[in-house]
Amino acid sequence: MDFNDSPEEAALREEARRWLNDNALKEQELKGLDGMSRSKLWQKRKFDGGWACIRWPKEYGGRGGSAIEQVIFGQEEGKLAELSGVFSIGQGMAGPTLMAWATEQQKLRYLPPLASGEEIWCQLFSEPAGGSDLAALRTRAERDGDDWIINGQKIWTSGAHYSDYGILVTRSDPEVPKHKGLTYFFLSMKSPGIEIKPIRQISGDSNFNEVYFNDVRIPDAQRLGAVGQGWQVSITTLMNERLSIGAGGSAAGFRAVFELAQRVHINDRPAIEDSAVRAKLADWYCQEAGLKYTGYRALSALSRGETPGPENSIGKLVGAPKTQDMANFAMDIMDMTGAIRDPDLTEKHALFQEAYMAIPGLRIAGGTDEIMANIIAERVLGMPQDIRVDKGVPFKDVPTGAG
Amino acid sequence: MNFEFEEEHNLLREQAQRLLSDKCDMSVVRSILEGEESYSAELWSAVVEQGWTAVAIPEEYGGLGLGRLALCVIAEELGRAVAPIPFSSSVYLATEAVLLAGTPAQKEAWLPKLASGEVIGTFALSERHGRQTPKLLETRAENGALSGTKLPVPDGDIANFAVVVSASAKGDGASFWLVDLSRSGVSTSPVTTLDPSRSHVELTLDNAVAEPLGADGEGWALTQKILDQAAVLFAWEQVGGAERALYMARDYAMERYAFGRPIASFQAIKHKLAHAYVKNTLARANCYYGAWALDTAASELPVAAASARVSATQAFYYASKENIQAHGGMGFTWEFDCQFLYRRAKLLSVNLGSEAAWQEKLIAGVEQSNLAA
Repeated sequence: MDFNDSPEEAALREEARRWLNDNALKEQELKGLDGMSRSKLWQKRKFDGGWACIRWPKEYGGRGGSAIEQVIFGQEEGKLAELSGVFSIGQGMAGPTLMAWATEQQKLRYLPPLASGEEIWCQLFSEPAGGSDLAALRTRAERDGDDWIINGQKIWTSGAHYSDYGILVTRSDPEVPKHKGLTYFFLSMKSPGIEIKPIRQISGDSNFNEVYFNDVRIPDAQRLGAVGQGWQVSITTLMNERLSIGAGGSAAGFRAVFELAQRVHINDRPAIEDSAVRAKLADWYCQEAGLKYTGYRALSALSRGETPGPENSIGKLVGAPKTQDMANFAMDIMDMTGAIRDPDLTEKHALFQEAYMAIPGLRIAGGTDEIMANIIAERVLGMPQDIRVDKGVPFKDVPTGAG
Repeated sequence: MNFEFEEEHNLLREQAQRLLSDKCDMSVVRSILEGEESYSAELWSAVVEQGWTAVAIPEEYGGLGLGRLALCVIAEELGRAVAPIPFSSSVYLATEAVLLAGTPAQKEAWLPKLASGEVIGTFALSERHGRQTPKLLETRAENGALSGTKLPVPDGDIANFAVVVSASAKGDGASFWLVDLSRSGVSTSPVTTLDPSRSHVELTLDNAVAEPLGADGEGWALTQKILDQAAVLFAWEQVGGAERALYMARDYAMERYAFGRPIASFQAIKHKLAHAYVKNTLARANCYYGAWALDTAASELPVAAASARVSATQAFYYASKENIQAHGGMGFTWEFDCQFLYRRAKLLSVNLGSEAAWQEKLIAGVEQSNLAA
């Protein structure tokens, strides 16, 4: 057991460091650029240097590298990697789906500009009536000559307003059971008939959109997979959720709360001297360390060219509720000032207050806590799926509620 | 990054699983729990024969010198098997105390016999309710003879000798002694504990012959060191037990039908067991780090050991209680095996100091490393 790189890994790390040292963005380059321009500038530079989409084949704009190489570059890239966040859905989910299901010509056309950041993609899956039960989606696709006509509504689409393309799953046949009547497409987000409306979250921020489709036409050539095969294509997308190994988690973590507990007082003594505070901090330390070393185990597997085990499915299920509880606790030990959200008047520029308002979304996005627990029970522990009352029932006959 | 056990450890694990499935199924645990025997002598001799008592002892003292990663593998399997033997007392505690503090002559005298299983050792620290500190120690030495009462001492009726922690007027307030339990002035009486598959006694010393182990007044620092090391190994036993409990619950839930379907198909049961899996996975990851720190004698050991210990204690408690719950009424019956894991979970969680004590150690360790940084 050790934490060292293999000789090949060390060589790659050295190469990455040298390249980053020579090519990292400088202050004067960033002057006057907005966030998106900075992101695009950095992504293009990585692409030109051969460091974009490390695991993709070279002919599609990647490096032809391995998962461990991607992780090593990410570690060296550090905070700069945050600039590439706007590309992560396209590169992490749309890219692998195109790779598996698109024609060679389409791959050569769409993948390189996705890798270089010149074109941004979004994912149009969730609907008001299809969240955890994604296959219950209702957006209709109807064949019209060489085109399909799309009508309906998607929701929780990150980056719809700045995306060039989207991957879309639709209902093409409501007469058959829900998983069998889906068809998958990609389309230009500039297509006539698309209307994008931002969603206002409980935090007051808007990071997501509703996307409405009113007679939007998509050429049949942009269908991925056969008609009715959309569920299978969707699985490809969902299986490619970005490798989140080594992800640092929220800033509102152990270190932040530990430091806060050293500064604020309980009964005229620093809160950190209070045994109840210490016990809680110890538990959160254990959770954070447990996630970190679970990540190390995954890295070891990648380093050996193996696939990490199912233990990596626990990350979000542990991390999100932990951050929520820690933010809640941090505000509590601030006592009466805990509710202040004004960044100038509170600790750590309202880090804990902001986390408190943002985390409920993280416990829902990308699989709710409950869905994640189902996935662990079914795929890791081999327990049976829930009994489904809509099984084998034509979609149009499935009972629906108010939604 | 190579944060995994090596091939040799995987082979050792397979060997351990074979031996324990052969010699330590739940009927063996039950026979010790229900019967008069203090431990399974048959399992113990098989374990000795495999060389497990010799694993971490250097070759110069008759051991195998395989290091402590091997011990972690064995610990996990013993925990999974709920093994009714004095392995932790003799190997994780007594052997380590002699290795850590013994003179060359003491090592020469005890380690080859510990390695060969000829003697069994134990560690006697606790005296009273509540957290033991050097200030509260009442066992004292006078003219080289030791007097006091230790309660409870694990495996005190099986062991040939004990490493006894006494009060000292010097240094950190404690000292270590080697006490031959067959000598005059030593008496033991059995103590009923929550887990009768492991034997415990009250040890009374009345001017007992004792040999100093390590320097007078360094016993508390030694105690902390030994507890830190043993905490990693206890945590591996706890993770093994927690995993056994989880899969026992899963298997039962797959077989048991209610409302016309296996109860394993109900989300209430699935989520309960998914959460047990999450706790076990976190605890296991912390145990990996603990194993690394133990094996390399890293300065991170106190924090690594405490985080392994706290998370493994919580994981085993959760899995063992929810295992009974998943079994419903049958899990509460004497005939079912759920009780062994539930009993062992609590025994292991206090044997080496409470969950709260280790939470405190963890945060103290973080503060300490902050000062150093």
